Amino acid sequence: MEEKLTIKGGEFLIKQTEANEIFIPEEFDEEQQMIAQSCDDFLETEVFPNLERIDAQEEGLMEEIVKKAGELGLLGISVPEEYDGFGQSFVTSMLASERMGAGNSFAVAYSAHTGIGSCPIAYYGNHEQKQKYLSKLATGELTGAYCLTEPGSGSDANSGKTKAVLSEDGKHYILNGQKMWITNGGFADVQTVFAKIDNDRVYSAFIVESKWDGITFNPEEKKMGIKGSSTRQIFYNDVKVPVDNLLGKRGEGFRIALNILHMGRIKLGGNVLGAAKRAVDQSVNYSNERKQFGQLISSFGSIKHKLAQQAIKTFTSESAVYRVSRNIDEAYEVYKNMEGCDLGRATMDAYGQFGSEAAIMKVFASEALDYIVDEEVQIMGGMGFSAEMPADRNYRDSRINRIFEGTNEINRILVTDTIVKRGAKNHIALFEKAKEVIAELDNLKDDYKSQGYYEDKRHYVENFKKVALMLMEVATNKFERKLVHEQEVLNSIADILMNVYVAESTMLRVQKLEAIKPADMCALYKDMLDVYIFEAASVISKHALDAIHSIEDETMTEKLLNAVRVYTNVAGVNTKDARRRIADKLIEENKYCF
Amino acid sequence: MKILVCISNVPDTTTKAKFVNDNTAFDTTGVQWIINPWDELALTRAIELKSDAANSIENITVITVGAKDAEPTIRKALAIGADDAVRIDAEPKDAYFVAAQIAEYVKNNPFDLIFSGIESADHNGSAVGGMVSEFLDIPSVSAVSGVNIENGQVKITRDIDGGNEQVTAELPVLTIVQKGIAKEPMIAAMRGIMMARKKPLNVVAPVEVEALTEVVNYEMPQPKPPCKMVDPENVKELVDLLQNEAKVL
Repeated sequence: MEEKLTIKGGEFLIKQTEANEIFIPEEFDEEQQMIAQSCDDFLETEVFPNLERIDAQEEGLMEEIVKKAGELGLLGISVPEEYDGFGQSFVTSMLASERMGAGNSFAVAYSAHTGIGSCPIAYYGNHEQKQKYLSKLATGELTGAYCLTEPGSGSDANSGKTKAVLSEDGKHYILNGQKMWITNGGFADVQTVFAKIDNDRVYSAFIVESKWDGITFNPEEKKMGIKGSSTRQIFYNDVKVPVDNLLGKRGEGFRIALNILHMGRIKLGGNVLGAAKRAVDQSVNYSNERKQFGQLISSFGSIKHKLAQQAIKTFTSESAVYRVSRNIDEAYEVYKNMEGCDLGRATMDAYGQFGSEAAIMKVFASEALDYIVDEEVQIMGGMGFSAEMPADRNYRDSRINRIFEGTNEINRILVTDTIVKRGAKNHIALFEKAKEVIAELDNLKDDYKSQGYYEDKRHYVENFKKVALMLMEVATNKFERKLVHEQEVLNSIADILMNVYVAESTMLRVQKLEAIKPADMCALYKDMLDVYIFEAASVISKHALDAIHSIEDETMTEKLLNAVRVYTNVAGVNTKDARRRIADKLIEENKYCF
Repeated sequence: MKILVCISNVPDTTTKAKFVNDNTAFDTTGVQWIINPWDELALTRAIELKSDAANSIENITVITVGAKDAEPTIRKALAIGADDAVRIDAEPKDAYFVAAQIAEYVKNNPFDLIFSGIESADHNGSAVGGMVSEFLDIPSVSAVSGVNIENGQVKITRDIDGGNEQVTAELPVLTIVQKGIAKEPMIAAMRGIMMARKKPLNVVAPVEVEALTEVVNYEMPQPKPPCKMVDPENVKELVDLLQNEAKVL
């Protein structure tokens, strides 16, 4: 069935994709734009005027706002219609996640409810469980939480100690243990709790109602950011969970947990986009008002540099996020036609297929947002450091994105490891292609002549891919099964892979935009692509050199170093002027406008 | 009771207006179009009235004069909660033209209560509502900030200097509404968005009407001169500037 996919997970590295094969956000249809507008309107009405009250955790306020979103149907966008949702595509739910992502702590409550809070039941629940819980989660009648992490088990998620034992009468599982960092913990009605039955090695998943006897909560955690998001520790003391509330099969919990995290990761990529665009808006608004030395600070090159970089990071993240989102939708369409494949299985298989791309987006977009909010503070100077400005909240709220949904460290390893494993299992012809690259190295010359704008860009991107491929081949040969312990090398390769994926996605988007957008805008998109690829070449070179000297394959080192020099050689770009043009457009429009 | 809400398709209020063709035409490049905010509030109030069964409102229609590219805005109105829509297929040349087209439609398709926003956010003409009522020879009430229905009669609140006045009117009546008619514009719910394409959107040919006015050209406001800073000690200079330069003393 995998053969029917237009592109498989990780295949971007070995396959050329054409511009007409990807989805770009400029192609959202009228309904999708209306949904986005409703999300914007909702934030304007219910969230932005209340950010202070939300951060102060005013009793009942967050729950009330989540429920209002439910009344508008915004909690059930991707829930099937038979369970009171709207059965929309993944791309559409990503768009909603993006828009809601601008809502600071509310964004976290929203994505926890609609993602990890509802999806385990949506994808693994049986009909009765969905009728009982999912329908009400979709309308906001119930709110949801996901309980995986424990005090002793964070990134090593399967090492938890929460236990479930079947009662003597066989009617209940008796749940004992504790969970922590539970988003929405303070008000969620329904929890997906992961626990091990008897002495099982792996988790099972249970649907647990917060009102049941034996469940107690610690007070709200005091956090650096997302202060308005409810985060609790939850204790389970002889909680009687009806056997009907086992989610999926016994022992399937860890798979459920991981698959839900794949989904959560890619969603996080969308979520931070919304926050990024709002931070860019605020940055340009401020620099268009603040005067120093008798002129607006937006007229200074240093500020223009920051504004342009903020926009480039946003635009490039967005290009990749929606590209993979549509790939997930396409994969779902293929999988759902498989014999005996239900909605949940098809959806999870689609997410699983693009696990490495999901990890790429999680890391790339969360780090992009950290840059953007950091520069927002910097653009505002002393005022940016004041708690009265939105930069303060954005700066603090951004930080968690590099930690939750799997730390960026775990995700960097996943980026490389997932693709290597898919190659090793022959899901993709990774090592065949890598061996071809290695064979090229003996006679490698830097004699490329320019052939046209997009031809050149494609040449650079294909060369970047070769850097990743040759390093994967050499590292796998050197470390074999111990490669997973060489985290630094995996990280270097992950950074290269991220840049490859984002560079290619941006290139294809800009190429596609030529047919849609006026020439003056296309020139600016090309400026962003020029700057990004020019910088990516240096970043890729740096990480490749790190990896080569760390791998220490003496027979290959010289050849590899030469290859990095050739494969990361890109034509020079006047990045100063390009950034100034990008910034000038932002300054003219006084908002993110790409 | 049947309600008609007149909708104008206008540029988003944050649009930076630019003009082309020697400043004779508005540059629509990259412009996002929205329901005129006052019309959106009117629609919101109409939906609120319909949600109370005691008001016996059977239908809410929205009408606009515009080309096909106005349809996304019309469908947004359907998504928010209008039952059906009418688009009179013509460029809205001026207020007289628009009002004549709407009135012609209403003559053949009567409504009991007609809402019109007090002005449109683009040309701010404040003329269509009054003209429609004149064409139809029905009463109109302007500066309306409240509409209620009691025993089949429309109770209208309108703002006047220092307070408000209560007016009742027999049907049919046209109300020209301003801010206050509804608290916030209604947000299109998912169900409404999904339904919007399924609701009727009737395209009607325009009638022959000559526009009475023509835009000769647009002029942008002059940029503000830079702010002059005066030393707090130097009152004489301040007085001099206020007297001789600003000429306000």
